Amino acid sequence: MDQFILNWIFIGASFALYIGIAVWARAGSTSEFYAAGRGVHPVVNGMATGADWMSAASFISMAGLIAFTGYDNSTFLMGWTGGYVLLALMLAPYLRKFGKFTVSEFIGDRFYSPTARMVAVICLIVASTTYVIGQMTGVGVAFGRFLEVDNTTGLLIGAVVVFAYAVFGGMKGVTYTQVAQYCVLIVAYTIPAIFISFQLTGNPIPALGLFGDHAASGEPLLQKLDQIVSELGFNEYTAHHADTLNMVLFTLSLMIGTAGLPHVIMRFFTVPTVSSARWSAGWTLVFIALLYLTAPAVGAMARLNISEMMWPNGSSGEPVSVEMMESEAQYDWMATWQKTGLLNWEDKNGDGKIAYFNDKNAEKVAEMEAAGWGSENELVKFNRDILVLANPEIANLPSWVIALVAAGGLAAALSTAAGLLLAISSAVSHDLLKGQLTPNMTEKGELMSARIAMAVAIVIATYLGLNPPGFAAQTVALAFGLAAASIFPALMMGIFSTRINNSGAVAGMIAGITVTLVYIFLHKGWFFVPGTNSFSDADPLLGTIKSTSFGAVGAAINFIVAYVVSGMTKATPKEIVELVESVRVPRGAGAAAADH
Amino acid sequence: MSDNSSSNAYWSANLRIIVISLIIWALVSFGFGILLRPMLSGIAVGGSDLGFWFAQQGSILVFLALIFFYAFRMNKLDREHGVEEE
Repeated sequence: MDQFILNWIFIGASFALYIGIAVWARAGSTSEFYAAGRGVHPVVNGMATGADWMSAASFISMAGLIAFTGYDNSTFLMGWTGGYVLLALMLAPYLRKFGKFTVSEFIGDRFYSPTARMVAVICLIVASTTYVIGQMTGVGVAFGRFLEVDNTTGLLIGAVVVFAYAVFGGMKGVTYTQVAQYCVLIVAYTIPAIFISFQLTGNPIPALGLFGDHAASGEPLLQKLDQIVSELGFNEYTAHHADTLNMVLFTLSLMIGTAGLPHVIMRFFTVPTVSSARWSAGWTLVFIALLYLTAPAVGAMARLNISEMMWPNGSSGEPVSVEMMESEAQYDWMATWQKTGLLNWEDKNGDGKIAYFNDKNAEKVAEMEAAGWGSENELVKFNRDILVLANPEIANLPSWVIALVAAGGLAAALSTAAGLLLAISSAVSHDLLKGQLTPNMTEKGELMSARIAMAVAIVIATYLGLNPPGFAAQTVALAFGLAAASIFPALMMGIFSTRINNSGAVAGMIAGITVTLVYIFLHKGWFFVPGTNSFSDADPLLGTIKSTSFGAVGAAINFIVAYVVSGMTKATPKEIVELVESVRVPRGAGAAAADH
Repeated sequence: MSDNSSSNAYWSANLRIIVISLIIWALVSFGFGILLRPMLSGIAVGGSDLGFWFAQQGSILVFLALIFFYAFRMNKLDREHGVEEE
C-alpha cells in the first residue's frame, strides 16, 4: 500500500480514538474541567502526565539534537528527567495538601496577595506561550512531512487541528485521552528503535545496544561512531567539547523549569492523596524514562546510519552519487523530506557526487579537495527536527512502522499543546478573570473565556512558530528557563521558608522573569522577531552563558531578591505561618477541597 | 498547634531526607555526568566511559530510584509521627 495513504490511516485511526475518548469524558463542571474530580489513580496520572510532558521537543526534536552533537547534548536527557526529583521531593506533596486548582492560587494564598497571584499568572502565561511556540514548530515539521507540503502550510494546518482538539474537553477529557496518547507515542518511539538496535547490534533493547558491539564491524558501537564522525571532520561523538559552565547551567535550568511548569504541576492537584502525589511523580518518571533511555540510542544509531548512507564505500571511498540517491529505494526518504524544505542537498562542484563532511574543519576541507570531492559540504541542509520522523525510513523499516511514527509524533505534539493551552486558559479565566477582574462570572462564562484564551494563545504561538527562535527542543528550553526563573523559586520558598513574605515573593518573581526574558530577547530577538537581537548564543553577553541556560541564573536572582526584600519588610502574618505548617504535613488532606 | 514538637521533628526528618536525596541527585548528574567525568574516564563502559553512561542512562535510573525511595520513606515517616492521612 502507498506510504502516504498508510500514514493517513494510522493518523486518522489514532485521532478518532482520542476524539472518541474526549467526547466520552467531556467536562461538565469547572471542577471537572480543571482537575478531573481528583479521582485519578497515580499510575494513570503518571501516564497522562508523561504524555503531557513529552512533547514535540522530546519525541520529535531531542534525539536529533543528540545525534548531531553527541555527549554535549546529554544535558537534555539529565535536565528533563532530573526535574522530577525536585518536583517529587519539594513541591508535589505540599501543593496537593494545599488542595486548590492552580499554581497561582497557591502563590496568591501563601503570599496573601492578589498582586502575587497576578504576577504568577503572567509568568505562567509567558512561559507556557513560549512552550507552545516550540510545540507548533514540531507540529509544523510533522504535518509538513505527512501532508507532503512545505513547513509553513503544515504549521497552519496543525494549528487548526490543535485548537479544535484542545477546545473539546477539559482536564478530564484530556487525562484519559492522554493515556491513549502516551501508549501511541511510546510504542511509536520504541518499535523503530528496537528494530534499528537489533539491525546494528543484535541487541533488541536500544539502551543496551548503545553500549554494545556494532554487529557489522565487531567493534563497540560508540567507538565505531566516534571513528566515522571524526573521519568526516566532525567532533568525536562521545567526547566533551561544550563549555562546562554552560552545560551545568543549562541542565539546571531544565531541571528547575520542569518543576516550575504549570501544566506539569497541575497534574499533581488531580491525585487523591498526598501520598499518591509522591508516588505519582515516580510513575510519571517511569513512563518518561522509557523514552528518555531510548532517545540517546536513537540519536547515535541514526547518526551512524546517515554517515554510512552518505559514504556507502566508507569515508575513504567515494561519496554517494546523485544517480544512486535518485534511483535507489533506500534514499527515497531524502526526496520526500526535500519537499518540506527541511532537508536539501546540492552537487556544488558538479562531480555527480554528494559529499557530506564538516566544511568548517580546514584540515578536512583540504583533504576533500585533494580527493576531488570539492571544498563544500553538499548535504546542505539537515534540520535536526526531522531525524526521529525520518529514522524508520533511514533504516529501511516496514511501511507500517513509518506510519506508526507519524501518529506518535503528532500524539506527542498534540497532547502537550493541549495541556499547555489548558494551563493558559485556566490562568486567564480562573485566576485572572474569575479571581481578580470579574469575580461574579458564571461557570458558563468561565468556560467560554477559557476557550477564547486558548484561541488567542494558539494564534500568537502559530505566528511566532513560523519563525521559531530555534529547533523545537531549543525553543522549549527557553520556556523552561522562564519557568525556572519565576515560578519554581516562589513555590519552593513558599513551602520551605516562612520568612519570605508577599513583597519578597513579588519582587523575586518580577526580578527573575524580567532579567531572564530580557537576556533571552537580547539573544533571540525582541519578542522573538528575527534580526532584532543584539547578541547571539555563539557569543553571549555574559561569559559563556547562552540564553537557553540563563534560567538557572534567573532563579538565583529570584531567590536573592526575595530574601533581601523579605528581610527589609514586615514578617509573614501568623495565620500564613500556620498555613505553611499545615501544608507541610499530610494529615487532613482529604478535607482540603476547592472553595467552589 | 498542639503537636508542635512532633511536627517539628517530622519536618526536620523530612528535610534531612530531602537534603541527602538531593546530594545524590546532584552527584550523579552534575557530578558523574559532567564535572567528574574526567575522573571516571578510565572506567570503560561499552565503547565509552562511565561518565558518558551516567550522562545518558545512569542519572535517569538514579532519579527514578530516588523518587520511589522518597515516597516509600515518607509514607513510613508519616506513620511514625502520626501525620499520615486518615
